Amino acid sequence: MKDGSTLPKRSEGEEDPLSSPMDLPPNVVHTALGTPPGSAGRRPLSRIVEWVAERILFGVAVLTSGLVLLMFLFVAREALPILLGRVSTVNSREVLRPTDLGVLPPERIRNYLELSPEEFAARSPEELRLLLEVRAEVIAEESASVGDPNALEPALLVRPFQWAGYDKPAFVWQPGRWSPKYNLVPLVLGSLKVAAIAVALAVPLSLAAALHVSQLSSSRFQHWAKPALEMLSGVPGVVLGFLALSVVAPMFQWLTGGEFLLNAAVAGVALGFALIPQLFSLAEDALSGVPRELTRAALALGATRWQAAWRVVLPAARSGIVAAVLLAFGRAMGETMIVLIASGNAPRLDWSPWMPVRTLTATIAAELGETSFHGPHYRMLFLLGTLLFLISFGVQLMAALVVRRLQGPSGGSR
Amino acid sequence: MSSRNGSHLFTGLTGAVFWAILGIFGIVLVLTAVAGAPGLTWNLFSASEGPELFDVSRTSLLPMVFGTVRRLFLMTLCVVPLGVLTAVYLSEYARPSSRVTRCLRGALLSLAGVPSIVFGLFGLGFFVGFLGVGLDGLAGGGQRFGRPGLLWASLTLAVMNLPVVVVATEEALRSIPPGSREAALALGATRFQMVLRVVLPEAVPGILTGVILAIGRAAGEVAPILFTGAAFSRSDTSGGIFDRFLDLACHLFLLSTQSPDLDRTQSLAGATALVLLVLTVTLNLLAVVLRARIRWTARLHD
Repeated sequence: MKDGSTLPKRSEGEEDPLSSPMDLPPNVVHTALGTPPGSAGRRPLSRIVEWVAERILFGVAVLTSGLVLLMFLFVAREALPILLGRVSTVNSREVLRPTDLGVLPPERIRNYLELSPEEFAARSPEELRLLLEVRAEVIAEESASVGDPNALEPALLVRPFQWAGYDKPAFVWQPGRWSPKYNLVPLVLGSLKVAAIAVALAVPLSLAAALHVSQLSSSRFQHWAKPALEMLSGVPGVVLGFLALSVVAPMFQWLTGGEFLLNAAVAGVALGFALIPQLFSLAEDALSGVPRELTRAALALGATRWQAAWRVVLPAARSGIVAAVLLAFGRAMGETMIVLIASGNAPRLDWSPWMPVRTLTATIAAELGETSFHGPHYRMLFLLGTLLFLISFGVQLMAALVVRRLQGPSGGSR
Repeated sequence: MSSRNGSHLFTGLTGAVFWAILGIFGIVLVLTAVAGAPGLTWNLFSASEGPELFDVSRTSLLPMVFGTVRRLFLMTLCVVPLGVLTAVYLSEYARPSSRVTRCLRGALLSLAGVPSIVFGLFGLGFFVGFLGVGLDGLAGGGQRFGRPGLLWASLTLAVMNLPVVVVATEEALRSIPPGSREAALALGATRFQMVLRVVLPEAVPGILTGVILAIGRAAGEVAPILFTGAAFSRSDTSGGIFDRFLDLACHLFLLSTQSPDLDRTQSLAGATALVLLVLTVTLNLLAVVLRARIRWTARLHD
């Protein structure tokens, strides 16, 4: 043992009387925090250091673990006014006339037009007058046809609505400047569609590879195969997205003759490959966690290696595998760069994988830059963030429950 | 015997899947190299800077690489002490079965599953909008801190990568035989002395693995820095830690989505992807090799 030889050397070099083995009775091992009464003279300092160190460590641990709570509170806090009904797009519908331009303070006009300071500064008075005119017209037209709804009303966030210019009720996400429409349904379904394609691709491939590496190959092969596949998780999403855009998308379009270069299938396939390394790693852990005795018993009873792996090891590892699949789904819902680059980003309701989609994550990434701080659109994107937060919590909770539920007395990994 | 044949068939099939995955990722690497090779000229690494990010013939990747290195350095500076101290508390001090410990672990685990774009939202809302604006208030007006900048982006990335460092450090601490700790305590060391002089020095390679892994992961992240500090044009940047910075991964994102002429900037995007991939894969390779060696030696000790 290496440790037996190095430890005494380290202690011999110390001048600290604490390190002298002769001072202490052997049972001090278990009472290192409390001090035996005999040697009170030297103790207080180290006791104080000890106490302070433990407090500090505890404090840091609480701080870092509490970050997730802090994050949730901060993201949810920005979204809360929408849920409480305190933000309304109707409020921004006061109508300013072009003649107000020189009269009202510029800041108020800027807010009314929802322009950023730079944009506002770049516009000439003539352009601003035109913007005000167009806006007044649009508002008049809208109030005439649909009676001026508040787009942030909870019902309008999830239910279809017949907006001005639509011939039937529709689910619309269109955070435009003047008549914003914030329906969450197309985004949630878009996220689900891409995630479903990705998981459907990644699960069978990862499971087959994990079964092979864990159960059907030699230990020398295992030794390098697992780290090799795990290393692939280091390929950044933005690189995969770029390749989806420049290689996968043209290939798919050539194969299917589809109308759109970027669509759900392209994003889903690229995302699926991004999921494989982690899914493989977790599944392999679950399979390798099944006691070898089970395999040996099966082999002794005349099963082939494949039968032992498929009928004995796989069922025994099911809790870990189901949890891995759930976590992969959670990651698929949360991935941003691949879907932002390769999905086409059209927020539409459609079941075809060959149509462009817009996901929750891509919406935040694409639109946050153009919102005004604490405006309705800004808060709406934080609501999407809260939703993503809840999805990730839910998925992890389910994974934890699955592991606990399926790990009955009869089986489960470890 | 048919079951034997079936066994061979399925073993072959699953093996083929494994090789196919490796092969496809291999193709990914080759394709990136092919796409990047034509754009990979000495110009990219010269100090001359084109006026535009999308100017294929004159732009240099050096400022982006430099910006990425700066943000990774700052992130490491923040994430290492926090992550290591948390891991030390969890594995050396906390009672494993107590409710507090389970809560702390659960919270860290759930942090690891939060989507990267949500970290961006948090960074914007908390670091920029709350801390930065608050600091501006203290400093008396102006907008020096309350805008996206290098420090805020690095802090956001640090929060995001905390679980990686904590998990790796805990694994490293676990692999140290309990005998070392018992020996130190038996010799009269307090728990803190034991941690500081016996446990942590032995865990250094494992901690290093976690840190390299975190850096490798953070290098390719765009979503958390998109709104907390990344610059979208050269004129946005200057050198301070409260200023926006150019970034390699973000540059690739801009080239893929905002380019005025995709066909013309394709070679530049390919070269950027190649440089980024070489950077991240090298870091990951380093971490994996290091970890494999640690596991190997740990197994020898058992």
